[in-house]
Amino acid sequence: MAEPRIAIDHVSKSYGAHRALDDVSLTVAAGEFVALVGASGSGKTTLLKTINRLISPDAGTVRIEGEDAGAQPPHLLRRRIGYVFQDIGLFPHLTVAENIAVTPKLLGWDKPRLAARVDELLDLVALPRDWGARFPAALSGGQRQRIGVARALAAQPHIVLMDEPFGALDPLTRDALGEDYRALHERLGLSTVMVTHDMTEALLLADRIAVLAGGRLIAEGPPQALARSDDPQVADLLAAPRRQAARLAERLGGTA
Amino acid sequence: MSADLAAAFSRLPEYLAWHVLLSASALALGLLISLPLAVAAARNRHIRWPVLAGASLIQTIPSLALLALFFPLLLVVSALSEDVIGRGFSALGFLPALLALTLYSMLPIVRNGATGILSLDPAIIQAAEGVGMTPRQRLFQVELPLAAPVIMAGVRTAAVWTIGAATLSTPVGQTSLGNYIFSGLQTENWVLVLFGCGASALLALVTDQLLGLIEVGAARRDLRRIGVGAAGLVAGVVLALLPLASFGQPASYVVGAKNFSEQYILAELIAERIEDRGGQARLKEDLGSAIAYRALASGEIDVYVDYSGTLWANVLNRQDNPGRQAVLEALTRELDARDGVLVLGSLGFENAYALAMKAERAQALGVSDLADLSRLAPQLTMGGDLEFFARPEWRSVVETYDLEFRNRRSFQPTFMFRAVSSGDVDVISAFSSDGRIAADNLVLLDDPRGALPPYDAVVLVSPERRDDVRLLAALRPLIGAISVETMQQANLSVDRDEGKVRPAEAARALARRLELP
Repeated sequence: MAEPRIAIDHVSKSYGAHRALDDVSLTVAAGEFVALVGASGSGKTTLLKTINRLISPDAGTVRIEGEDAGAQPPHLLRRRIGYVFQDIGLFPHLTVAENIAVTPKLLGWDKPRLAARVDELLDLVALPRDWGARFPAALSGGQRQRIGVARALAAQPHIVLMDEPFGALDPLTRDALGEDYRALHERLGLSTVMVTHDMTEALLLADRIAVLAGGRLIAEGPPQALARSDDPQVADLLAAPRRQAARLAERLGGTA
Repeated sequence: MSADLAAAFSRLPEYLAWHVLLSASALALGLLISLPLAVAAARNRHIRWPVLAGASLIQTIPSLALLALFFPLLLVVSALSEDVIGRGFSALGFLPALLALTLYSMLPIVRNGATGILSLDPAIIQAAEGVGMTPRQRLFQVELPLAAPVIMAGVRTAAVWTIGAATLSTPVGQTSLGNYIFSGLQTENWVLVLFGCGASALLALVTDQLLGLIEVGAARRDLRRIGVGAAGLVAGVVLALLPLASFGQPASYVVGAKNFSEQYILAELIAERIEDRGGQARLKEDLGSAIAYRALASGEIDVYVDYSGTLWANVLNRQDNPGRQAVLEALTRELDARDGVLVLGSLGFENAYALAMKAERAQALGVSDLADLSRLAPQLTMGGDLEFFARPEWRSVVETYDLEFRNRRSFQPTFMFRAVSSGDVDVISAFSSDGRIAADNLVLLDDPRGALPPYDAVVLVSPERRDDVRLLAALRPLIGAISVETMQQANLSVDRDEGKVRPAEAARALARRLELP
């Protein structure tokens, strides 16, 4: 088997007496889409941030494409890994084009290459090219997060991390963006790790779901495998989407 | 009036140039120090409190005191550097003013800088890390640009404060727009005072508006506004500094003066006599009493007039009173031995500290000397000039005559004379050569027990100039040439309410009267 793109090996992290991560191991293969789910405080965001070293683990190692993530300067590591933020986090003083080009520019790309890449990405996230000159404040939430995705993909990373990327959007926008991103993920052969508290979203988008509770990884596998789990916490997590699906089917006429 | 205005305008290029140079340098230096401090304070909460508290503490020191405090400090540093590297530097003028104003400008920049960076949206900061910026890239590409409007608001405040406080650098020997204010206050020339205040306010206003343009430009990311504001500032500074190209060369002789009319007149007289002999002379006015002598000893100024009693008490720290001639001889000997300062001789009159009362009030109370005053003092209010109650002469008078006044108040001298005329105070400290004593119908109280030392006006020459033939030729004819009545008259012509003249004119009139060679 080929080297996994991301290999998290026995990682722990404590804040004082609180164990945010407790001996977690997880691998993500090339082309895989993994969702991290769990209640608030379960450690899913902490785990995501250990991957690009926004958080350094106390114990254990994280390997990115075979290299120890702790052995290189964190800013160099982060330039190789796309990151989509929960609060979108576009720089308000930079134009859309400057926001998208920020990581390639840090990598020293020349101007024509930057401009071409910005156009390419605006096409990719289905926004008009002439929006590059606008400022983020002039865009809607959904449009801004499309720019957020474009920024994460700008430096042609193999890995994209997403921290509740669509949480703040209205359901319609959220659904459309989720689908669009999944299609990009396929097309570009990415490895994606997405944190979400929405089990339905995880079930719909991810190849594999990792369930965290109290800083521990309690279950992990494709949706069908999770559905067969006898862990009561996992069953709880799956109960809500199941119930919703059943009620929807019932109310919409049973044959949806 | 219009002659006053014309005289004020004629000095504007020089005063404004120094004022702008001083404020701009202090602000630039302040920015250079404050911005890194602000960043450090924003980054590290352990140093945040000490840095902000320190900057606030500086702000609580009255700016005049802050300026004055740098003089002794720099004297010590200068002496140290002379010991270590064999070269001292000037502890007077530009340097203490620059340092004090720099410190004074720091609080708003540090505070706004730290607040501006700390109040940025944490999501933006995390995004900057997440896209792969180093801490330095984050600072310059994200934090500083986003905090720029708040920082600029701090710079605006600092600029207005600095320009205002720079007027206070006059007493430490730095020419500024404050020269108008201090000289005007002293000679009761309100046109001059208003002119100085107006000029400094206008300068502050224009600077504030240009910085405001940059602030708005930074907030709206409008490079044109930023450009116009910055270009306006640069052009303003360059234009203001142009006159310094001609004023900049140090004049060959610097004549010092303390901050009252007699000093201005005598300094003008000396300067005129130097120029009559082909020398170039520049005045350094409004020096503090303690600063003037040290400035002379260190060569900051070349010549000035001081008073034997002042030197006796303040420089030699003597409290006894061996008599007029003995004091003069001892001073001549000891200042020479100690500092290499030449006491050229007495001008011929005394300007003694004395206590004065309104003539009719003194008569009504039956007071003619200080001994009479001791039993009446508990019912009387004493007025003194700003330094009198802190001077050894006051202690000596109080101890010798056992005086205990009901109340005591300090005044700027002009207002002190008003206060005794109006009856707000009963007794004031006065100088015997002050023309207002006769004009306001005051009497000087005798000092039968010799509590107040003699105050012969003496000409002092700096160690570097003590053998300067031209200077000595200009000064020698003045020795013994000025009687107390002549000096009183000259002082009155500057101090009186009606038909007053400027010190330079009074000096010319005095020179004509003396018919000196």
